Amino acid sequence: MGASQPAGDVDPSTLLPPAEPVHLLDPDGTYHEDPDHPVDLDDDQLRMLYRHMVVTRKVDREAINLQRQGQLGVYASLLGQEAAQVGGAFALSEEDWVFPSYREMGAAVTRGVDTGKMLHLFRGTWLSDHDPYEHHFALYSIPIGTQALHAAGFAMGAKFDDNPIVTMAYFGDGATSEGDPHEAMTFAGVFKAPVVFFVQNNQWAISVPLDQQTAAPTLAHKAVGYGMPGHHCDGNDVLATYAVTRKAVDRARSGAGPALIEALTYRMEAHTTSDDPSRYRTRQEEEEAAKTDPIVRYKLFLEKEGLLDADLGEQVEAEAAAEATRMRDEIYEAPHGDPMELFEHVYVDDTGHFERQREVLATELAARDGEVSA
Amino acid sequence: MAELITYRDAVKRAIAQEMRRDDSVYLIGEDVGDAGGVFKATKGLLDEFGPVRVRDTPISEEAILGAAMGAAMTGLRPIAEIMFSDFLATCWDLVAVEMAKTRYMTDGQVTLPLVIRTANGGGLRFGAQHSQAVENWAMAVPGLKVVAPSNPHDLIGLFAAAVRDDDPVLFFEQKSLYPTKGHVEEGEIVEELGTAKIVRSGTDVTIVALASMVRRAEQAADELAEQGISAEVIDLRSLVPLDATTIIESVVKTSRLVTVEENPRLCGWGSEVVSLVAEEAFWHLDGPLTRVTTPHIPLPSADALEDEVLPSVQRIVDGCVKAVS
Repeated sequence: MGASQPAGDVDPSTLLPPAEPVHLLDPDGTYHEDPDHPVDLDDDQLRMLYRHMVVTRKVDREAINLQRQGQLGVYASLLGQEAAQVGGAFALSEEDWVFPSYREMGAAVTRGVDTGKMLHLFRGTWLSDHDPYEHHFALYSIPIGTQALHAAGFAMGAKFDDNPIVTMAYFGDGATSEGDPHEAMTFAGVFKAPVVFFVQNNQWAISVPLDQQTAAPTLAHKAVGYGMPGHHCDGNDVLATYAVTRKAVDRARSGAGPALIEALTYRMEAHTTSDDPSRYRTRQEEEEAAKTDPIVRYKLFLEKEGLLDADLGEQVEAEAAAEATRMRDEIYEAPHGDPMELFEHVYVDDTGHFERQREVLATELAARDGEVSA
Repeated sequence: MAELITYRDAVKRAIAQEMRRDDSVYLIGEDVGDAGGVFKATKGLLDEFGPVRVRDTPISEEAILGAAMGAAMTGLRPIAEIMFSDFLATCWDLVAVEMAKTRYMTDGQVTLPLVIRTANGGGLRFGAQHSQAVENWAMAVPGLKVVAPSNPHDLIGLFAAAVRDDDPVLFFEQKSLYPTKGHVEEGEIVEELGTAKIVRSGTDVTIVALASMVRRAEQAADELAEQGISAEVIDLRSLVPLDATTIIESVVKTSRLVTVEENPRLCGWGSEVVSLVAEEAFWHLDGPLTRVTTPHIPLPSADALEDEVLPSVQRIVDGCVKAVS
């Protein structure tokens, strides 16, 4: 008596993820039509998915090289997760917003964000990174899972303004154990915010495997607890990630509220360039995972469909190489940064707070440089 | 017979020393087991003590500290790792509002004998969100003890004291010190919390430093000696309790004070030391109380830029020259 009823007017079973992850492409590239998850893309768009994945892989590799050459402090590779990121981001409209973690170069490429600018964060040059408002692609979130909250808040703000956009928060399996996504999904559910929570389950959170991260049947099942549908898909199948995300995005845009997507994939590289996975997982496991390469599978599909011939394949590879070179040059040629600029963006305006500190630093640097040249 | 070991290996030795001594001590945190810690400071502990006492967790800082707090209430002595001290912000409720208040609010009936160890501070180019020196956050909360060793020997001795202490202790390991080496004698090492150490005697100026700033202060003292200025260097070692006696006695002798801290300018721990000296040793002073700090900015990650804003040896020398002139 007296216990209030939960607000949910939905049959919980309708929120459950499917028994098997949604899967449209076999490893040999054979396509299976699924009426619940239509792929409404024309030939150019289908080729574009491939282009984005190939460019992503190339710039990702180049970024690792740049770190090895001392040009970046650290880099978090997304090798193996191209289909999850590209397919998901491709389902958004230009006006929609992406809230990435720090491993989202594939989503950045899909949104058209300058890859060189993305890397300045890892280089630490005192230059502004990309402008989030240009491609509706927020700052990389380095703390784990905080972007889920930003995405929920942004979606609530847009809804308040009757702006029909959808936000998408990318995060990983590890982040689902943090409080931030939990609170973000609670809010999004209650306020029916137009946000899609896109979990790339890459099986590893630094050294912690999924079975030590959660006891949930799948991460997608967690959605039920927030009153939103849980989707589960093969994250190495770009058509599946696209179609599933598209469904969630359309639903969110219609005002029906948020969704949680779990895309099953694998982190084929180390956690970051500072990590050594041989300390906690086997080479054999990595080799098995490599057999599910998302680009290989999609290339076979395009070839079967007659959408990709040798010429076009070479053209895409050349475009990817050119993009990687452009990014590399930008990083190599970037100025090293002016220490006096460090005071510039701490506050909106400098109301004299830094006057003294600026003067002290300038005097010290002048004295030091004087000594060096003397 | 003293052995030369790294600050990193001192962490492992300190934890092992306490875990061998006392079965109620255990280690919990992210990547502390199989991976041996992201700074490799806990490598080998899983092999020696097994997965029950060296426990990898999901990425849930609040739960790590909540588990440590609950376990401490049962009489265990948890060592909880928060990977980067910046992440304390995600679980600060547990630290500042729960752990720090529990003994007080239960009239002393519940004690929380736990240690939170965390990699703190700059110098490794990790940028604004993974490089903060946050020992001053902890210092501002009554009920916590706050320790930050500068060398392998003190790390082991102070860590042992922290584990054996019945209050919650925040133990800040300065992450740029992990590869640095120092002499450590064989056998058990236990120091006392709340004791500063005079690491170099002098007569003209007292330099009070902590963690990575201690070595820089000593280097500055070498340069000052060449200019005919005799600097006394105090390694503060713990902020709470604060060894006011050692600081005041030194300033009474030298009549001048320079504090050196990584904290951004406003409300860094140096301001507390300066205010202590202003109140208690004012009539012994012959020069301006001087703080050398990082400017009040988030830390940049580029090598050169980070080096330019963290307190340098030169800046410490300049601060001392200003204090004595």
